Amino acid sequence: MRTQTDMALREGALRLNLLLNSRTFYKFNSSVGVRSLSDNVLSKPVTSSAPEIVGDHIIYTQEHFALKESLRKIIDQEINPHVEQWEAEGIFPAHKVFKILGSAGFLGVNKPVEYGGLGLDYSYSVAVAEELGHIRCGGIPMAIGVQTDMTTPALARFGSAELKQEFLLPSIMGDKVACLGVSEVGAGSDVSSIMTKAVRKGDEYVINGGKMWTTNGTQADWICLLVNTSDGPPHRNKSLICVPMNLPGVQIARKIEKLGMWSSDTAEVFFDDVHVPCKNIIGQEGMGFTYQMLQFQEERLWAVANILTMMENVIQETIQYTRQRKIFNRPVLHHQSVHFRLAELQTEVELLRALLHSATALYIKGNDVTKLASMAKLKGGRLAREVGDSCLQFWGGMGFTSDVLVSRFYRDSRLMSIGGGADEVMLGIICKYMDTLPKK
Amino acid sequence: MSGRVLVGVKRVIDYAVKIRVKPDNSCVVTDGVKHSMNPFCEIAVEEAVKMKEKKLIKEVVVVSCGPQQAMETIRTALAMGADRGIHVEVTGKDYENLGPLQVSKIMAALAKKEDALLVILGKQAIDDDCNQTGQMTAALLDWPQGTFASELSMEGDKIKVVREIDGGLETVKINTPAVITADLRLNTPRYATLPNIMKAKKKKIANVKPADLGVDITSRLEVLRVDEPAQREAGVKVETVDDLIARLKEAGRI
Repeated sequence: MRTQTDMALREGALRLNLLLNSRTFYKFNSSVGVRSLSDNVLSKPVTSSAPEIVGDHIIYTQEHFALKESLRKIIDQEINPHVEQWEAEGIFPAHKVFKILGSAGFLGVNKPVEYGGLGLDYSYSVAVAEELGHIRCGGIPMAIGVQTDMTTPALARFGSAELKQEFLLPSIMGDKVACLGVSEVGAGSDVSSIMTKAVRKGDEYVINGGKMWTTNGTQADWICLLVNTSDGPPHRNKSLICVPMNLPGVQIARKIEKLGMWSSDTAEVFFDDVHVPCKNIIGQEGMGFTYQMLQFQEERLWAVANILTMMENVIQETIQYTRQRKIFNRPVLHHQSVHFRLAELQTEVELLRALLHSATALYIKGNDVTKLASMAKLKGGRLAREVGDSCLQFWGGMGFTSDVLVSRFYRDSRLMSIGGGADEVMLGIICKYMDTLPKK
Repeated sequence: MSGRVLVGVKRVIDYAVKIRVKPDNSCVVTDGVKHSMNPFCEIAVEEAVKMKEKKLIKEVVVVSCGPQQAMETIRTALAMGADRGIHVEVTGKDYENLGPLQVSKIMAALAKKEDALLVILGKQAIDDDCNQTGQMTAALLDWPQGTFASELSMEGDKIKVVREIDGGLETVKINTPAVITADLRLNTPRYATLPNIMKAKKKKIANVKPADLGVDITSRLEVLRVDEPAQREAGVKVETVDDLIARLKEAGRI
């Protein structure tokens, strides 16, 4: 890059920092130093949860908004100030962060009260997921989501009391970090093709195989592992087993370097003759695949709730940036192509939110929302790419730097169309419900 | 003595919001703007809850004056550990004109009614920066006051208060009942945990009107105009000290 562009970029970054960290002069005297607030509190978009509409909200009550406010404080105090550092280091301290969240009750929102959970309905989990979208990266919310909504639901519903005491309770308290072992090098979307095997020997299983894309893998205390426990039909020969990560034979082969989600450590794990007691199995042998499928609706809605907030934040920050950035003597925002495009994107965000909330409302009443959840996930992944791409364009050169949220969002959000059920899988599910798939 | 502590909390515009003045210069825009509990009030609530946890006092009663929305602020305090709330309903024009004198009359009346051992308030609100309510409340009750408290300790039926003053720190010992105002370094307010947020739903919030307490809230003040601070203007660079003096003389500054 030429020196002039360098200087312009640096100037832009400085101006941006000033813009985002500015307080009004009114508050100068009294706002300084309340708790740990300083330059690290980047501007919160003014569109925060409006308590004025509590009575009319489709799923949220006063308590939901109170929950969001409290969680937001934790995010602003304990998480966001460190995001830049953790992204650069390629890992975040999961035990530390989970303990803070666990102590405040945010890791067991819809889990049983006997094990430290709050026994609330899924709308509270969605509220948590939405609020976690205020974290200024995708990696940490993803890691939290794995802990709360991917590794523990089956355990909470089908695990034995002893197993729940050993694994569920500490995971809800934030004392143990969990990870999920489902995908493998040779099996992703086709979960039924996994090869990891658990052979019964007396009152132990001996596990051999390997797992891929294990979020939290390098820090986890235990893994919720999907394995083949018999030679039956592929949907009925699998089981979920709680495996401590410190057992001999469990090897963390490598931490994977990724395009985005840098603060989340993703591992490839090998299992070499790992002996685990048979009582560590969750529920019934052979039901693992079914159990895993049961929680997909929740996982997918969670991912959508999370990305909604992030998209809104990116749109808001883009508005703020383009309002003060001038080009051809007027703010970038004043160009119709810019504010019209942002309006289009915001409209789609609202549509996705409406789908999320109505699916959640139906779900908490006991309905099956597989089709709606799949539609929402599909749309979420695709819309995030559009939002990231369009907004990054409006940021111009600055959007291409590592200093801004939009470039991180662009990288992080690309995963949504792949992980947790790829777009193609979502489409297959929707077609099944629409009865448009070719018959065998 | 009841072992009861009264804590006043105020609902203010959130510290992170960019304030805008209404086009008619009558007041600041509050519609649709994010509000939260005054940060110093949070510290006051935290101190009271801590005292209860240490079993130094028995009950924390939180009070807020304002319209319906003041209930949210009370609920946040309940979620932090306060036992019950009192919502003093003040709406419309009365609310716009509600200032430290009116609030302190209300607090004094409630302190007597509730037989409070302590009244703890934030040292000031971040919207008006008055720093008057605590002092006025103490005067109305003829109680001792420990303002700008950065440390509190109960010593029998007296309270030792370390106050942050301009010259440093001043320690005073005052009799109870007393009024305390919380300064920044008194404590770090806790997060309202989710279990406590859910428990707060069951806690009681009583509703009273100023008239019920025999308090007249008419204001003697009238706000004439609200303006934003003047825009900062560009400065002028000068080459020499003589130049500087000449310019300052010209501008009538010296």
